Amino acid sequence: MPFSVELREKINQIISKSETRQSALIPTLHAVQREYGWLPNECMSEVAEILDIPPASVQNVATFYTMFFTKPVGKHVIWLCRTLSCALRGAEHVEHYLSEKLGIHTGETTTDGKITLLEAECLASCGTAPAMLVDDELYENLTRKKIDELIEKLKKD
Amino acid sequence: MPEMRIIRTYVDKPNSESIESYTASGGYTALPRALKMGPLEIIDEVKKSGLRGRGGAGFPTGIKWSFVQRDSKQPIYLCCNADESEPGSFKDREIIERDPHQMLEGIVIGCYAINSHKCYIYIRGEMPKGARILERAIRESYEKGFLGKNILGSGFNLDVVLFVGAGAYICGEETALLESIEGKNGEPRPRPPFPAQVGLFGCPTIVNNVETLTCVPHIINRGAEWFASIGTPKNTGTKIYGLSGSINKPGLYELPLGISLRELIYEYGEGIRNGKEVKAISPGGGSAAVLTAEEINIPMDFDSLARAGSMLGTAGVTVIDDATCMVRVAQNLAHFYRDESCGQCVQCREGTWWLEKMLTRIEEGMGRMEYIDTLIDACFQMKGTTICALADGCAMPVESIVKKFRHEFEEHIKLGKCPFGNKYMGIWDGSD
Repeated sequence: MPFSVELREKINQIISKSETRQSALIPTLHAVQREYGWLPNECMSEVAEILDIPPASVQNVATFYTMFFTKPVGKHVIWLCRTLSCALRGAEHVEHYLSEKLGIHTGETTTDGKITLLEAECLASCGTAPAMLVDDELYENLTRKKIDELIEKLKKD
Repeated sequence: MPEMRIIRTYVDKPNSESIESYTASGGYTALPRALKMGPLEIIDEVKKSGLRGRGGAGFPTGIKWSFVQRDSKQPIYLCCNADESEPGSFKDREIIERDPHQMLEGIVIGCYAINSHKCYIYIRGEMPKGARILERAIRESYEKGFLGKNILGSGFNLDVVLFVGAGAYICGEETALLESIEGKNGEPRPRPPFPAQVGLFGCPTIVNNVETLTCVPHIINRGAEWFASIGTPKNTGTKIYGLSGSINKPGLYELPLGISLRELIYEYGEGIRNGKEVKAISPGGGSAAVLTAEEINIPMDFDSLARAGSMLGTAGVTVIDDATCMVRVAQNLAHFYRDESCGQCVQCREGTWWLEKMLTRIEEGMGRMEYIDTLIDACFQMKGTTICALADGCAMPVESIVKKFRHEFEEHIKLGKCPFGNKYMGIWDGSD
């Protein structure tokens, strides 16, 4: 799976700015995941080859960090915070509501491939709990209405 | 009483994150002053101010800076720790999103003081908005000559690189943060050597928290004596306290170090929501030992909380009301640490897992009386026996909950179920 010219260019830029080839790995994985939505094996092998580092090292790092996906995920990913401050303000209730609404359990993807629901650890939004990160946006002080509107939007996209 | 806003002065102002807003309100005036003072005088001033690290450990910043061998033949790095992930902590995110140039100015001054020409800002992957804002702020600073070559004609050069993490609480631990920038798993390093000697890429490195660096321009502009006059003699300056959980007015409050927990909860947080009472307080982020309602008069500073067997940590205060099951609270926290353990040390990898498992059994009515002492014993064995403090961060809250709320554990076991009987933790009415 050869990368596109644009992605190769982006990776070359990352390498040129990095102290070592290994230290280019995490920014490179971010760039690859942005393009593919997740990190298929073939992509990880390609990254290892481009950076000239062991393939096992790429696998190792990709599986250590929770935001790197080594399995396919939906077009949109919901990270619902479950940690104490959010839990005290109803994160478990929110999880139940989302789960019912989407027809999936936490950790699963809707059958249309649109939305994956995941559990996040503290999102640094404790003062505006309950909170969730959806793709690149944070949603705070969650209410049923906010969730309904958001899901509607995500489903249409 | 109003807050004592120093860092938070402009956070509510529209566009406060822009360089125009920052310079219009007197920003980037500490930098020329610092460049005139010279590095050693800056370090001396920060030492005299009494500033202690705001990331959790409370180590004196000026002393930390003086650990770096300034004439090192290797490059010297400053890493700004923006990996804010401690349960209950949300102060750094506001600085990053609402007033990032304050932090950048602190970074330039800090780098000049320790003779560093490259700074990494490590922001957690779950803060995409913060990363966007910081990217823009860094670009603006380069354009105005506050970053880059020959800063303000001083001959001092500095590059700042934004490094985006990918989801790992452990990377907030300073040596795990360095491993992560190097492109590896965030596994903490044994110390010694300390990062000031052998840090990023084997070079001398200082790691400072966002809020710590943000204090620096204010110290340079208004003087060490002014800063030291706020708070208490050994806990100087203001602190951004985060209030969350079962509280009427959750949010951030900037107040002098040493304010009482009672004042914070009742005066600023306006008491407990839904007409409930305080049952327990996690005073300094998830890793701190919890306090009971009887301990509420404690001054919120590093030393007073340490004396009480807890810690100020990041000053993220989570308030727990009396309708909450404490076994569930312990289980929630143990789950966090089990999830976030890097797995290097046996005591942490196995300990966090066993604690969560035992707490779940008790919560689900399958506990036995001997579990209670086993929990305390497991916590004891986890403390101080690992490379980093994550295991302690799990053991301290769990142990304190078991010891201070033992009766709730006994009741669960006697009844064979949770006496609170709630399917889901907490309260959510879900209305707008």
